[in-house]
Amino acid sequence: MKYIDEFRDGNLARRIAAAIGREADPKRRYHLMEFCGGHTHAISRYGIKDLLPPNVEMIHGPGCPVCVLPIGRIDNAIELAARPNLTLATYADTMRVPASKGLSLMKAKARGADIRMVYSSADALRLARELPQREVVFFAIGFETTTPPTAVAILEAAASGLENFSVFCNHVLTPAAIANILESPEVREFGSLPLDGFIGPAHVSTVIGTQPYEYFAEEYERPVVIAGFEPLDVMQAILMLVRQLNERRAEVENEFTRAVTREGNVKAKSLVAEVFELRSSFEWRGLGEVPYSALRIKDEYRAYDAEARYGITYRSVADNKACECGAILRGVKKPTDCKVFGTVCTPENPIGSCMVSSEGACAAHYTYGRFKDVRVVATTA
Amino acid sequence: MKNDLLRGLESASSNAAAATIVDSAVRASKGTVRPGYVRPIDFKHGRVDMTHGSGGRATAQLVDELFLSAFDNVWLRAQNDSARIVAPHGRMVIATDSHVISPLFFPGGDIGCLSVHGTINDVAMAGAKPLYLAATFVLEEGFPLADLRRIVYSMADAARAAGVPIVTGDTKVVEQGKGDGVFITTTGIGVVPDGVDIAGDRARPGDAILVSGTLGDHGVAIMSLRENLSFETTIESDTAALHELVATMVSAVPGIHCLRDPTRGGLATTLNEIATQSRCGMVIREAALPVKPQVRAACEFLGLDPLYVANEGKLCAIVPAGDATRVLGAMRAHPLGSDAAIIGEVIDDPHHFVQMETSFGGRRNVDWLTGEQLPRIC
Repeated sequence: MKYIDEFRDGNLARRIAAAIGREADPKRRYHLMEFCGGHTHAISRYGIKDLLPPNVEMIHGPGCPVCVLPIGRIDNAIELAARPNLTLATYADTMRVPASKGLSLMKAKARGADIRMVYSSADALRLARELPQREVVFFAIGFETTTPPTAVAILEAAASGLENFSVFCNHVLTPAAIANILESPEVREFGSLPLDGFIGPAHVSTVIGTQPYEYFAEEYERPVVIAGFEPLDVMQAILMLVRQLNERRAEVENEFTRAVTREGNVKAKSLVAEVFELRSSFEWRGLGEVPYSALRIKDEYRAYDAEARYGITYRSVADNKACECGAILRGVKKPTDCKVFGTVCTPENPIGSCMVSSEGACAAHYTYGRFKDVRVVATTA
Repeated sequence: MKNDLLRGLESASSNAAAATIVDSAVRASKGTVRPGYVRPIDFKHGRVDMTHGSGGRATAQLVDELFLSAFDNVWLRAQNDSARIVAPHGRMVIATDSHVISPLFFPGGDIGCLSVHGTINDVAMAGAKPLYLAATFVLEEGFPLADLRRIVYSMADAARAAGVPIVTGDTKVVEQGKGDGVFITTTGIGVVPDGVDIAGDRARPGDAILVSGTLGDHGVAIMSLRENLSFETTIESDTAALHELVATMVSAVPGIHCLRDPTRGGLATTLNEIATQSRCGMVIREAALPVKPQVRAACEFLGLDPLYVANEGKLCAIVPAGDATRVLGAMRAHPLGSDAAIIGEVIDDPHHFVQMETSFGGRRNVDWLTGEQLPRIC
């Protein structure tokens, strides 16, 4: 497949792996956090860890929109879907996230709630047009990548006077989450979470650019490399981080020059600014309340804000006690450190959100890397 | 909705028109209409109604004018509630399969031929020669008879081409809104040749793993038509009856250990099933997997893995390593196995993991399918 195979070339991967092996200083360790679940998925799916020297360690970050959604927000979505005459349009990933009382959107659907899976905000908008007699609410989640399409849906609904459409907004922000991790006691005080550098998500930076990361690089003295999601992108980014750390540099570098610029997508940013404003605080699973880390719909577009329209009140709900999702999302623990991983908590019966989305650290390890925990040595010819 | 309603009204009015024609014909003939004349079912504009499932005259007429005339064979013509067949010697297999696919018609096939192929394949995967089929239809009130006829004739053609007659059946009708057009359940019986012992628990460390052709064609063809996805593709479903391919393979190597058709859940699911049943592990090589470029491209942009996408005309074989080349040769000599490939090996592993060497150079699990990749695929 043209433009795909080039970025999955095994020979090139081995060459980059050899360079990482050659350049990584054997006297030190490299603790690199891939912020985004998309990278976690690529690392697990292509077996990238197998290609890295033992002193280069990848730590999974909280960049999985489904994983960071707190239980209370899923409860809100279920409350909405349970209303008569209301259709909830949602991305498929959120369907299986466990909510309170043993419920999930999937289970609510089986009990009669009208929940439809959509691939985009445009699909949700189309649904509202096709069902004029029903109220359609789009369960909007995601980082900066899915925010502009939600803004477009709201603007289109406003322009065409579509009255049966609204958005339950749960959009969150990448830089705020990274800052929160760097400010956490594990990193700053106890040093129990060594973090030497970050791989930043290229799709987020196609929107916001590389500029928002310059602050971390400078303030926290941690290098950041913005990287694409193909396995070679990730390998290259790891090599770039190793080089920065060796040279004691802490800069924002752009591996994904094929689409990312310093400024990002100005038009998309202005659409977002037109429709959304910062929330003073938002609860993240694993990180707790994070100031200025999420967006809400501006008052001018209040008619399209499901929270205002249906009087949604947020109630924080604690995670299951046995679940380590919080620590895993902060990078403090690994999936295998969790007692319920792979036993009580599996992709079929997830206890925590990290086991739900394919981008979650637990699901990625369970699905792709589980065999490594038990050291099965294949006896192939 | 509106279009359906309009079509319904149009067909009602054309029924009325037809009735008027008949009335005038009766008047003109001054009562000389042939005794016992029954006005034929209107397969052009008519729709399934509750009487077609009542067991009364309308049911009998539907059986007679549609099922009997399409499937036509000595067992159906006997018009008994059951089909009397001569029991063959040896071990028999029986398999049943329900089909609820949406949409009913898709590139490369429809629910009719799919329901014949699906059950023939389940019988064939025991190494058996399929002999007879039974078919059950659950029809939804209001379903166009023209579509039903198209489906039934597609079944008849598929059964005839496969040489496996449909010898008994049943039809039920449910109210509008309680079904989705048509559901078809088929049951097949077959006989296993002596000396053949093919089962999911027979994979042994060292065995070779083969597939008969490209993966994921059926699933991608169906997905391309789904209302919320709809994309253009030239991919057609691979729906096909595999019993003749199996017969060639078995005659080349009677000692084949396992055969299975990777339908829902794709090859990944099939391999995990066999690994669990046989209490072994497996390693496959990504670079060896046959996947059409169009299927790879569609999976790429839908975020799917071809290993988990359904097939309806492919099989996976596990054979002793020494027989692998001979089985591969037999498969490639058959038109349904021309893209066959050896894709990996069975290994000893108490955890029954299926692993894959990625083209990229790493290694990963190929796990069971979690959740539902795409509902109602077959």
